[in-house]
Amino acid sequence: MAHTPFVMQLLDSLAALLLLLSFAMLAQRRVATLVELFALQGGVLCAATLLLAWRTGDGNLLLSAALTLSLKVLALPWLLRRMIRRLGVYWDTDPLLNIPGTMLVGVLIVVFSFGLAQPVSALASTATRSAIGIAVAVILLAFLTMITRRKAMSQVIGFLSMENGLFFGAMSATYGMPMVVELGVALDVLVAMLVLGVFFFQIREQFDSLDLDRLESHQGGR
Amino acid sequence: MRPIDWLTQVLEVVAALVVAPLFQGWVNQCRAWLQNRRAPPLWQVYRGIRKLFHKDAVIATNASPLFRVAPYVVFATMLAAAAVIPSMGTRLPFSPAADAIALVGLFATARMFLALAAMDVGTPFGTLGARREMMVGFLAEPALLMVIFVAALTSSTTALPSIAERLATGPITLSPSLAFIGVAFTMVLLAENGRLPIDNPATHLELTMIHEAMLLEYSARHLALMEFASALKLMNYACIGFALFIPWGTATGVTGPFALAAAIPALAAKLVVAGAALALIETASAKLRVFRAPEFLAAAFLFAVLGMLVHLLLGA
Repeated sequence: MAHTPFVMQLLDSLAALLLLLSFAMLAQRRVATLVELFALQGGVLCAATLLLAWRTGDGNLLLSAALTLSLKVLALPWLLRRMIRRLGVYWDTDPLLNIPGTMLVGVLIVVFSFGLAQPVSALASTATRSAIGIAVAVILLAFLTMITRRKAMSQVIGFLSMENGLFFGAMSATYGMPMVVELGVALDVLVAMLVLGVFFFQIREQFDSLDLDRLESHQGGR
Repeated sequence: MRPIDWLTQVLEVVAALVVAPLFQGWVNQCRAWLQNRRAPPLWQVYRGIRKLFHKDAVIATNASPLFRVAPYVVFATMLAAAAVIPSMGTRLPFSPAADAIALVGLFATARMFLALAAMDVGTPFGTLGARREMMVGFLAEPALLMVIFVAALTSSTTALPSIAERLATGPITLSPSLAFIGVAFTMVLLAENGRLPIDNPATHLELTMIHEAMLLEYSARHLALMEFASALKLMNYACIGFALFIPWGTATGVTGPFALAAAIPALAAKLVVAGAALALIETASAKLRVFRAPEFLAAAFLFAVLGMLVHLLLGA
């Protein structure tokens, strides 16, 4: 612990911050704040990528940092904010589980994912291998966010945050995916976001609400 | 044990007794400034305590002996805690008597006596305050213990002086787990000392008070001891915080008189900064509804657990 260089300490701190932001997203009821937290998570991810790029001298990581910045810190939050304004969804209804309960489940998930990542970290040879567990935890926590929310808007933000975790996992396990894959995933997310945006308006038009519970009782094909 | 260690010990206890009311006065003063009020003098808390000592005690006719004993027990517990916490030097003759976990037990003893005494006379307010105090306590205690466990894991000992010494003499590292438990500890400190998001120390409004509600039946010297004890408790918590997170400046290892002399202004500077920070937090936050207190403390517990998990995974 005492001999790790300062850059690695900083990277570890950023990883811990990422985990903290995931928990903050899990606890947040306001959709507008959720978007800001998501943007912040993207920012932390970008900073971590830049640091790692600087430490390893890997040019690809610089590119993916730029990608993260433009897509997850600027473009997607901008799209989401605009959508919130136009749809008028500022609050999520009560989540399926109360907040302290969700937090407790979240802690269990973190323990589980740390256990899950232990063998992977043991095999990885990167300097950031200890952060793999955190990446898995971020993915699963985002998944939990999706599960416990009712509104389509917060579920989508959960989905996007899951992608953040995936990205961080790839970064800490193998210093990033190949550039083609990364670009493909980024494009996928962007397109998914646009398509989902269209979906939101359609859902609201049909059901007068973005509450996805209504979809379950809808049988369709009248 | 060398004579200088005993000197440190005596000095520490005396300093706790002298400084605790001043520290509370300083926090009050900072709060007043931040709220654009005229501040009471620094020694206002002393004045209040002295005035109370000169009054005649009135005790309810149906009060049991426990009611009379409780103030002395609470005060003595806080003083014992002050003797164990390394605020100036880490080689204290008393510190082997209690490690960090026993220290939490000491605080719990004081809380139990306080709550029992509050229920003793049988007024509804006392009972209400005692129940709320126990609710806050049973949620804050696991968070505090978790904070101590993380600190103990990083230094592989539960003795508070050794933890402080390890941190003060080791290289300065950026540790996310320490940052997490630092936040958790601050939240616990606010809750345990009846500070603002949980309880307002300045209020006597019926529905919101916790700590004050328990003291309603006390008067004169008993009340003075209780107030002195709560000032000591705040000071103790601040010193635990210093020992766990910013132990630089305390006399570590085999010390000479110079290190001890340097530790006094260091402690004073830390208290001044911590008091101002505490006042800032209190001014910036609004009082939570009593039923939101569990959420606040659950967040503190979560921070502490995250600190532990991050420590286990990243080893930092």
